[in-house]
Amino acid sequence: MVEKNQIGAAASGVNFGGVRRNGRKLAELALAARALDIWKRLPALVGDDCEYAVTGHLKVARSEEDMAGMAAHAEAQAEHGVAVEMLNRNALLAGYPWFGAGAFGAAWCPDDGQANPRLVGPAFARAARTAGARLLEQDGARHVARDGGGFVVETESGRTLRAGTLVNSAGAWGGRIAARFGEAVDIWPMEPQMAVTEPVPHFMEPALGVVGGDVYVRQIPRGNVIFGGRSTTADLDHGFGRVNAEESLSTLARTAALVPRLAESNVIRFWSGVEGCTPDHLPVLSPSRTTSGLVHAFGFSGHGFCLGPASGAVAAELALDGRSPTPIDDLGIGRFADGRKEPPPGGPASGRGRAQ
Amino acid sequence: MSTGRPAVLIVGAGPAGTRAAETLVAHGLAPILVDEAAQGGGQIYRRPPAGFARPASALYGFEARKAQAVHAALAAVRGRLDYRPNTLVWSIEAGTAHTLGPDGIARLRFDALLLATGAMDRVLPFPGWTLPGVFTLGGAQVALKAQGCAIGEPVAFLGTGPLLYLVAYQYAHAGAAVAAVLDTARATDALRALPDLFLGGRTLAKGLWYMAWLRRAVPVRRGVTPVAAEGDGRLEAVRYRDRRGRARRVACAGLGFGYGVKSEVQLAELAGCEMAFDERVRQWLPVSDADGRARRGVLYLAGDGAGVAGADAAELRGRLAALALLADHGVAVDRSAQKRLRVRLGRILRFRDALERALPTPYRLAATLPDETIICRCETVTAGAIRRGQSLAPVEINRAKAFTRVGMGRCQGRVCGLAAAHVLAAARGCPIAQVGRLRGQAPVKPLDIGAGARAAVEDGARAASI
Repeated sequence: MVEKNQIGAAASGVNFGGVRRNGRKLAELALAARALDIWKRLPALVGDDCEYAVTGHLKVARSEEDMAGMAAHAEAQAEHGVAVEMLNRNALLAGYPWFGAGAFGAAWCPDDGQANPRLVGPAFARAARTAGARLLEQDGARHVARDGGGFVVETESGRTLRAGTLVNSAGAWGGRIAARFGEAVDIWPMEPQMAVTEPVPHFMEPALGVVGGDVYVRQIPRGNVIFGGRSTTADLDHGFGRVNAEESLSTLARTAALVPRLAESNVIRFWSGVEGCTPDHLPVLSPSRTTSGLVHAFGFSGHGFCLGPASGAVAAELALDGRSPTPIDDLGIGRFADGRKEPPPGGPASGRGRAQ
Repeated sequence: MSTGRPAVLIVGAGPAGTRAAETLVAHGLAPILVDEAAQGGGQIYRRPPAGFARPASALYGFEARKAQAVHAALAAVRGRLDYRPNTLVWSIEAGTAHTLGPDGIARLRFDALLLATGAMDRVLPFPGWTLPGVFTLGGAQVALKAQGCAIGEPVAFLGTGPLLYLVAYQYAHAGAAVAAVLDTARATDALRALPDLFLGGRTLAKGLWYMAWLRRAVPVRRGVTPVAAEGDGRLEAVRYRDRRGRARRVACAGLGFGYGVKSEVQLAELAGCEMAFDERVRQWLPVSDADGRARRGVLYLAGDGAGVAGADAAELRGRLAALALLADHGVAVDRSAQKRLRVRLGRILRFRDALERALPTPYRLAATLPDETIICRCETVTAGAIRRGQSLAPVEINRAKAFTRVGMGRCQGRVCGLAAAHVLAAARGCPIAQVGRLRGQAPVKPLDIGAGARAAVEDGARAASI
């Protein structure tokens, strides 16, 4: 495994930490269900629970229209086995009196949860190393090409690596690698703008999101409140996510409006990471259509943390067997073949995007 | 560079920022001067709040005249610049500084930025350092200088560096019962640095005078090794080993400890300044030329924030950085004055170099701290957790932060970052430079969410309406 920086240094290690199916697109639900099963077995699988906790997730509507859209989605989700309860404003405030005036209602998914993203990637990496994988960090793939029946990767430090199968799990940079095999995907590089407060007395059990995805909030047991907002446009050649002060201020405003008591707290850190958003905000998880032995798993569009463990399992199945028991039909790279490209909604043109 | 009058933002109104502002005003500019304190002077010439009446001679000792001169210099230009006290610069990006002051958040546009962010205590934790009654040397000095009170009596002082003796002297001179001065430096360290120490001239003479005065009044022990601060719920004694390795104990209700000061570099990093590891002080410092020029026309550094050299050097560097900025923007400056400033500065820098050797920070102690010693007090991360917390190569301090939370709390590693890096490097047997540094991130100090929310510019009506 070749990593240009450190394992978990980009979006997988610095994201919000939501593990949820609430509000998730139908095309991802089978993958999410499989992920949930893996999340529950983390201690046995990688020797660490990565602070995964089932806290439930509230997706908040800020208008009647949002509420109606969410109710319709909940019905569709129910057919995929996701139990979601609709709460009107009174029911919401009865359970969570700290919501602000703008919370119209919410969808409640008790099976959802949260985990510490800083720990998850490295925990899987350690487990992979124990199982015999060779991890090469701080050594980017400078050149990737077909080599006879397999692949050759030349790294920044001058290593030459050969393998019969290649998995492209390069996140925001995955589109560049796909392009080398004639399967360009128009990736919008996004930087989710995140924040964390000093510890405050614990009051918020569930993780929160909103329709539209421009605020998400959770509190960890030690008291810090972690929240985030929209994304700005990343620079793939810069490598690290950059904090944008104006966008961070607007995140503070939306967060304080959703949970007014947070206006009394201090932010101790803003941060960001680099993530890739596909034109339809769904990941690419499929075999290559042009090159046998190549598997794509990238472009999780700001909501891949929950899916990560299952995506890795599916990518491994595709590499070994060429197929997976998990339905991934809607996530194929073929959907971006010529003539089906659209600019990402709210993407580069406006400099703003949605994170969910 | 352009010959128009650039918009200049100076951060910090200590000796460096004040002299820089004075120099710019003298050349016809009207800079913005932002300072976290209520009154100018910086940490070194900090002023007590209104209503406190200790005279300058009592507050600043030998330095009273210099302190008054810096205060007067700021007073003289106040009407000709945009002076913003009680204001924190919490973010810098692309020509804009975001501040938080008495009137909330402001956005300050600038063409050129002059950072005079100063220094803060250099801390090496030891067992018990988080007990109530234990302060940094700088904190102990602020209590005395700004509030006219002692941190406890009897009081002991532990560490090394000029501040150790200065603060002990100031406490003793103000009438506090000083139980002991415990210096980790050995007399042999000073001997080796002796030739260059004489470059210090008056500064050295004052230091020796403080030391001699103290020796007559209180026990001064050199070559000590800190063991622990101890007490039931609050400080009762400090334990150490003397230079022969014998266990010693000094009863005290207050303990000031520290190892000199270290540069405050977060804003330089946010401003995009190149950072380089400085072997002498074992810290990552912003890179600039001898005049403090980090990026021609855009970014200038002055004072202890550009590498610790003390208040006299800060005044010189404030002037030099301002002159460099002016010259880079096409304003005529007195080149012979520049040369004289550089010569004076060079002498001080060589003396500072010798001082670091004479009173070296005992980083070696990081290797032998007991596992249960708290390194990061914000997040209660112990030395043992840092040592155990890494099982993936490469060894790197940001990775240790990700795994253990070290440096993730209110101070964002400003207090514990250096020590954490040394604990990590010692545990992994790798050079300190190799473990890197905690990446700086806005806000450089905690930011009030309510103030931030009120300042947000909303482009979506819906978001604003919830």
